[in-house]
Amino acid sequence: MTEASSGMEATVARVVATPAALGAIEHLTADVGPIMFFQSGGCCDGSLPMCFHDGEFVIGSHDVRLGSVGSSPFFIDHRQFEAWKHTQLILDVGVGDPEGFSLAAGEGRHFITRSRVLTEQEQAALEGTGPGARG
Amino acid sequence: MAVEEEAAKDGMTPEGIFVAPGQPGSLVAVKPRYDNFIGGHWVAPTKGQYMQNISPATGHPFTEVARSSAEDVELALDAAHAAKDAWGESSLAERAAVLNAVADAIEANLTMLAVAESWENGKPVRETLAADIPLAVDHFRYFAGATRSLEGRSTEIDKDTVAYHFHEPLGVVGQIIPFNFPLLMAAWKIAPALAAGNCTVVKPASPTPWSILKLAEVIADIVPPGVLNIVTGPGGEIGKALASSPRIAKIGFTGETTTGRLIMQYAAENLIPSTVELGGKSPNIFFADVMDHDDRYLDKAIEGLVLYAFNKGEVCTCPSRALVQESMYDRFMERCLDRIGRITQGNPLDPTVMIGAQNSAQQLEKITGYVDIGVQEGAEVLIGGERTPLAGDLVDGYYFEPTVMKGHNDMRIFQEEIFGPVLAVTTFTDEADAIRIANDTLYGLGAGVWTRNGNLAYRMGRAIKAGRVWTNCYHLYPAGAAFGGYKISGVGRENHLMMLDHYSQTKNLLVSYSDEPLGFF
Repeated sequence: MTEASSGMEATVARVVATPAALGAIEHLTADVGPIMFFQSGGCCDGSLPMCFHDGEFVIGSHDVRLGSVGSSPFFIDHRQFEAWKHTQLILDVGVGDPEGFSLAAGEGRHFITRSRVLTEQEQAALEGTGPGARG
Repeated sequence: MAVEEEAAKDGMTPEGIFVAPGQPGSLVAVKPRYDNFIGGHWVAPTKGQYMQNISPATGHPFTEVARSSAEDVELALDAAHAAKDAWGESSLAERAAVLNAVADAIEANLTMLAVAESWENGKPVRETLAADIPLAVDHFRYFAGATRSLEGRSTEIDKDTVAYHFHEPLGVVGQIIPFNFPLLMAAWKIAPALAAGNCTVVKPASPTPWSILKLAEVIADIVPPGVLNIVTGPGGEIGKALASSPRIAKIGFTGETTTGRLIMQYAAENLIPSTVELGGKSPNIFFADVMDHDDRYLDKAIEGLVLYAFNKGEVCTCPSRALVQESMYDRFMERCLDRIGRITQGNPLDPTVMIGAQNSAQQLEKITGYVDIGVQEGAEVLIGGERTPLAGDLVDGYYFEPTVMKGHNDMRIFQEEIFGPVLAVTTFTDEADAIRIANDTLYGLGAGVWTRNGNLAYRMGRAIKAGRVWTNCYHLYPAGAAFGGYKISGVGRENHLMMLDHYSQTKNLLVSYSDEPLGFF
């Protein structure tokens, strides 16, 4: 658990979380109950992960569940998934209040997504697992 | 001494830099803290909490604004509902007079607001002086004119039956403003909402609540109480409270895609309309004939590429993907990189500075992350790529070098909005290849086409799936040119007469002038 918590143990995880993020998730869930993540795109706070009360954001039948971070599910839009799927998302915590409607990762902290380009072997292994869980 | 007095008069230091807001001699007064603007009054937040407001130029707080809660949104909605009948019934002449007076007041305070906006957002004052604030002025004037030209339609269904169509206000609307153009985007939303006879509750972006409050100070006595209300605070609390309120008749939003979906979800729960503008990844396409001559047009085209650094790249329509025809790539990019290398960066209040500070530490972090992933993906850094080290008061500011990375369109730096001064450049072979790459994106907000061939420009403009295709220009935002997105870039069109439709109901009176019964019963 030095770097990753994964919902897809069989192969490399599409999303992992740093210890700081896992700690923030643990505190947040103890404080407000179950939470969820949705990777955003576009203007302004675009590539930030948005953190909501679980169920606050309605997951559509085409959204892709990338995996879990701690006990919380992590989703992405299916079109964005196609553009991002060659990278592993690394949930971390940054300084500053959250933007958008996202919950904070602790006082004056927000969640951020870092990325790592997957190796060809990792990408091939993930391709083998199918198109990613939907909805 | 005489020089200093002269300098103080125009709010500048002897070096010709605007004095920072709140400092002695500045054009901009700063109070220690700011309350919400509700019902024409300054109202303290119910819970008595405030949050620090940081200038990106220094990275340090310079004032506080209300950290409001859902109760404060309710107070603003109370004020708006109390005002909506009178404002909705006001004559078109009265509404236009208010909008024109707002424009005049902003114009009379243009330099003060330009300095405030620059300090609040980090953007260079030369942009706020020449673009943000003058465009905001013009926007109010445009909708003052538009409201005077509003006409309902009538249709003679048959000789005794007439269908009359009237525009009616929606009532009270909610509007959520982004941080990249705090005043101009507020004008884009507030002007049409008021022109159509609505009252509004505005939530500024969390990092940029203050300049709008300075605007409110300027127009507080012009707009009737309750017609315009501003509540500051965290999006997760008051943004949600506003967007999900059953007391609004419409929600307007500019921001990222996930919050856009959430806004539409809340609107669905209340069965109200929404308009959302959600960003882009705009291609800027340069055909080889731009280099047929070394003339003013080529100079303009080079600037057209460098415009990715306008407002430090924090623009929904940032031309952040340059597509350059292969046959002239080396020659053209040499000229562009030379121009980029001469961009001056520093204190945004220095009128000679071309690029200021990113809006927040979060944005800076995100930009750094994208350059990192671009390098991981194999993109080549042609210029920049690092934080800009600045000294003195600016040492903790959020500065990033104008950056260009060469790669291919499948890379994430070509697919995601970085919202920073980072250009992703690639080549294309011919017209079909240019169209393919331009449209290979989730987004469709803006695009640019540069060619001396008018027929080619027209074909490209029609083939690109984007709401705005600048042709032989870029980053012009005149009122009267519709602005909005294709694909996941959003729903609705701003900056145009048609915005009045987004903020109006259609009332149809179907009237019979016949004495004859139908004969059914």
